[in-house]
Amino acid sequence: MRRVLKRREIRADDWVHWEEDPAAGEGAKPLIVPLKELRSHPEVWSARQGALGVCIALTDRVEDLAPELARCALIAVQFPAPTEGRGYTQGRLLRGRYGFAGELRAVGAAVKRDLIFALARCGFDAFEVAPGEDLEACARALHRYSVAYQPGAPGALALPQRFTA
Amino acid sequence: MYRYDDIDQTLVAERVDEFREQTRRFLAGELSEEEFRPLRLRNGLYIQRHAPMLRIAIPYGLLSSVQLRKLGDIAHRYDRDYGHFTTRQNLQLNWPALASVPDILAELATVQMHAIQTSGNCVRNVTADHLAGVAPDELDDPRPYCEIIRQWASLHPEFTYLPRKFKIAVTGSPADRAASEVHDVGLHMRRDAAGQIGFEVLVGGGLGRAPAIGQVIRDFLPVSDLLAYLEAILRVYNRYGRRDNIHKARIKVLVKSLGAAKFREEVEAEWQAARADAPHLPQAEVARVRAFFAPPPYESLTDLDATQDREPAFRAWYRYNTRPHRVPGYRAVFVSLKAHGRPPGDMTSAQMASLAILADEVSFGLIRVAHDQNLLLADVRQIDLYTTWRALSGEGLATANIGMLTDMIACPGLDFCSLANAGTISVARDIQKRFDDLDYLYDLGEIEIKMSGCMNACGHHHVGHIGILGVEKHGEEWYQITLGGSVNGFTALGEVIGPSVRQHAVPETLERIIDVYRERREEGERLIDTYRRIGMAPFKERVYASRAQAA
Repeated sequence: MRRVLKRREIRADDWVHWEEDPAAGEGAKPLIVPLKELRSHPEVWSARQGALGVCIALTDRVEDLAPELARCALIAVQFPAPTEGRGYTQGRLLRGRYGFAGELRAVGAAVKRDLIFALARCGFDAFEVAPGEDLEACARALHRYSVAYQPGAPGALALPQRFTA
Repeated sequence: MYRYDDIDQTLVAERVDEFREQTRRFLAGELSEEEFRPLRLRNGLYIQRHAPMLRIAIPYGLLSSVQLRKLGDIAHRYDRDYGHFTTRQNLQLNWPALASVPDILAELATVQMHAIQTSGNCVRNVTADHLAGVAPDELDDPRPYCEIIRQWASLHPEFTYLPRKFKIAVTGSPADRAASEVHDVGLHMRRDAAGQIGFEVLVGGGLGRAPAIGQVIRDFLPVSDLLAYLEAILRVYNRYGRRDNIHKARIKVLVKSLGAAKFREEVEAEWQAARADAPHLPQAEVARVRAFFAPPPYESLTDLDATQDREPAFRAWYRYNTRPHRVPGYRAVFVSLKAHGRPPGDMTSAQMASLAILADEVSFGLIRVAHDQNLLLADVRQIDLYTTWRALSGEGLATANIGMLTDMIACPGLDFCSLANAGTISVARDIQKRFDDLDYLYDLGEIEIKMSGCMNACGHHHVGHIGILGVEKHGEEWYQITLGGSVNGFTALGEVIGPSVRQHAVPETLERIIDVYRERREEGERLIDTYRRIGMAPFKERVYASRAQAA
């Protein structure tokens, strides 16, 4: 079973991605479904009993996610390459402006220890790290810096910081 | 100048630790070259032709003598005894060993310096007018705001990987000695009707491919909203800037494709929407930072004629290499890094050490880096000018050519840079050789030559009165010449004069341009003025006439 870094602890992942197991849609297991799929078959997904998460694309506008914010316990944001930075803004806005209080999960091949601290400051509290990446090192990276200049997203690790909102 | 508090010092120290660990992982084979690249780039480390190149941040170009001494010391112990000052007020070391870079960073941290975000797709070193705080024409000192922006931008979690690099310049003077209109964001200090300081905001300037002049998107931004507004600009850029094509990824392309009006709308809407959430800049914080930039303890003096009874060489230096100061009895003194026969912007460890001593003696222990690759002692008593000149002359730092043709800007070019298409250092040397006679240069007056070894335009060639761009044709180095570019209060992009020329023909080409100027100039006209009056045609005709006709 996959392990993830979640709320500062390494633990077994209780979520499954729909692409990994399309049949899981039928059951009650917590399931992460791409936004496109959710929107294509709303009748199927709105009736689902088990917990539902949504995985958004980098081109999805967070302004348009009101239905998912209400329905989903998890939002997954993609970090497919280390130089792809749109997900940071998506996460920051979801956590801050849109007040999403559920699990905000970073997924993708770039989710490694070097990004973890910045992601956590943007409001991510769960990290589905790249295959082969050292989860212990990722957990330590949450404490990479003990100070910050910028205000963190709501719920981010409290640090001495220069500027506040 | 600004001094680090616990937050600043801790952050820099922790950044050194992080980079040391990343370097260790790379050297141990735990990180591939591809994985290490974005990590090292965020810390100013390039892999160049011969060796790594480390770019050290000199925020808004201000250095203490302690810092300059340390830079000289680092260049001596870890490099080849010299460094190269850039158009963005930074210092580049061309030969450090990769494994020693973490140690260099640790050394820098001991004098409150770093290399954070001096490269990579992030907010880069914030630059300012090199005469900030002393220029008579200044509205207010931009440096406190630069320092505040430096802090806000450092390791900003949301803007960790922008579509492309992002450069901000701040100026407090209408003369705009910071080239702010060719930056991604230019901030011009303004005063509103109530006398409050704020900023005019320009976005979308830049050189490189498709050069553009920044457009005003806000006439007046109150200080308290400075960071919130910058954050709105960056957020719009981070969301909508192009990432599919590196040559179209700068914010200028987004501003152009949306149109400045629509871009402004997006930014203003984001700014308003983020009100509750964006960093606020309280007056107390501005006051805290401003206090570090309070004027040094000037003596109460009167202006005097420092050149009286002095030799012509000193008088020439005084005229060309010093500038007026807002405080009576003082002058600002340029330290020329354009000695003939030396690559523009290069400085040896020994020169750095000597200048640090001199700065302690005559200029409150502070040194500034100008974007035209010279240094500056900003607060020299007029009574000390002669001894200052003697000391600088002894170090080869008093070439009296500031603003003259040989005070040219040049990037390191093909000799060092892996992006370059053509050399710049040898071309600069050929030009210096051809125009070696200072009296002749003085007769030509102010001519800005700016040279880049490739389209990335680190040498700002688009805005040189004469621009020189190295291009590669069939494996050979050629040079494209432009005329009519300028910055400093009137920003214009140069026009290409015609087909590019071979390296050996560059000095001759310049000479022909100069000849036209000398024949056609009217009283008091600089080359750029004559060009604006008579246009390109006469210059073009002469440059491409056959040798016999030209003679």
